[in-house]
Amino acid sequence: MNRCVERLYNGIIKENPTFVLVLGMCPTLAVTTSAINGLGMGLSTTVVLVMSNMLISMLRNIIPDKVRIPAYIVVIASFVTIVDFLLEGFIPTLYDSLGLYIPLIVVNCIILGRAESYASKNPVLPSIFDGLGMGLGFSLALTVIGLVRELIGSGKVFGFALPQIFEPVTIFVLAPGAFFVLAALTALQNKIKAKKGDDSNSPCLAADCSGCGNHNCGGRLFTMTSGPETAGVKEDAAGKENGQKEKEGTING
Amino acid sequence: MDKSLLMIAIGSALVNNVVLSQFLGLCPFLGVSKNVKTAGGMGAAVIFVITIASAVTSLVYQGILVTFGLEYLDTIVFILVIAALVQFVEMVIRKISPGLYNALGVYLPLITTNCAVLGVALTNVQKYGEASLGSFLLRGTVNGFATAVGFTISIVILAGLREKMEYNDVPKSFQGTPIVLITAGLMAIAFFGFSGLI
Repeated sequence: MNRCVERLYNGIIKENPTFVLVLGMCPTLAVTTSAINGLGMGLSTTVVLVMSNMLISMLRNIIPDKVRIPAYIVVIASFVTIVDFLLEGFIPTLYDSLGLYIPLIVVNCIILGRAESYASKNPVLPSIFDGLGMGLGFSLALTVIGLVRELIGSGKVFGFALPQIFEPVTIFVLAPGAFFVLAALTALQNKIKAKKGDDSNSPCLAADCSGCGNHNCGGRLFTMTSGPETAGVKEDAAGKENGQKEKEGTING
Repeated sequence: MDKSLLMIAIGSALVNNVVLSQFLGLCPFLGVSKNVKTAGGMGAAVIFVITIASAVTSLVYQGILVTFGLEYLDTIVFILVIAALVQFVEMVIRKISPGLYNALGVYLPLITTNCAVLGVALTNVQKYGEASLGSFLLRGTVNGFATAVGFTISIVILAGLREKMEYNDVPKSFQGTPIVLITAGLMAIAFFGFSGLI
């Protein structure tokens, strides 16, 4: 049981997918126009994450190693489709405001990342809690970003109007505001990190993820920071398992 | 008909820019925009892949999914089709045109890290799913091409700005990703100017 609690803590605080691992940026920026949208997106992702972690963990000894990435993608896409229908049927308002980004949960790198790095190697129960922790961490981050944008941009909190003590800055609920809020939060995080002297999330210069000691990044830092020069090296190095690697790449965005 | 295609093209490339207003394909946008040359290469590869992918997914949707009443499977089918397609395109280019492969090859695995490809395929279905096969194919492909052109425009501009920014004195906490995000935000404001076009 201790292990399950540890997974929850790990997902929500220690390896928070948004603030620490910086994964899944597209939905983070796109749907956080209000706190309730952020929460809805976060919870939908949590459901998919828990279910796919559970199923992949159950099937971990059955899925052949060579085709594991396509197999994971099919599992994840199936659950996303189910969530998509449930939202359309039961919470149509949320479905309308999230729109295209619900099916795009498929390409959220958090989910494939957890499947690959945790669920495929661990028993069912810890995997479920790992998914739950990561999902709740993601929901928390999205809600916080949504709250900031909603508060500054439209002077509301969870849809309830606050007394007008300042003029809302509409740009914060529009596209540019997402970039500004995220920039401010990342800068804040850099500042805290600089104080602590912790550089576990610094740009990675390794040519290949397998030779890297930082297991937190799930390949993201490599993809983000390496120019095509290093990618070329990666490609050569990957050689025979090229197909496998590229399939992995498919879902990183 | 021609005019509506032009509208689709302008709308997708400039007004609803895929990165700056829809937030799709942010990873390559932030990751491969360090200099103009690589950004241009990435942009060219994205145009290539998204155009082909939107044509193929349009065909698959209208030809197979609609015919058999399986529209609800679009997400699952598209992601598999796209993953397979990018692999296939890479193999074909490597065989047929080594020159093109040298120019685009290294970018192809990176592109696949791009949720814009799936995003465009799904947007096509949402926007033009009711149309007949020919019209859907045509509009979907034009929309895909224009979206990718919009991506290229914004990544090349961002790369140009970042090259200049190398020489600027950025506060320590803002170095790296934060200043790039702020630049992107300012670009997004600038792109609002296009919304009067349609």
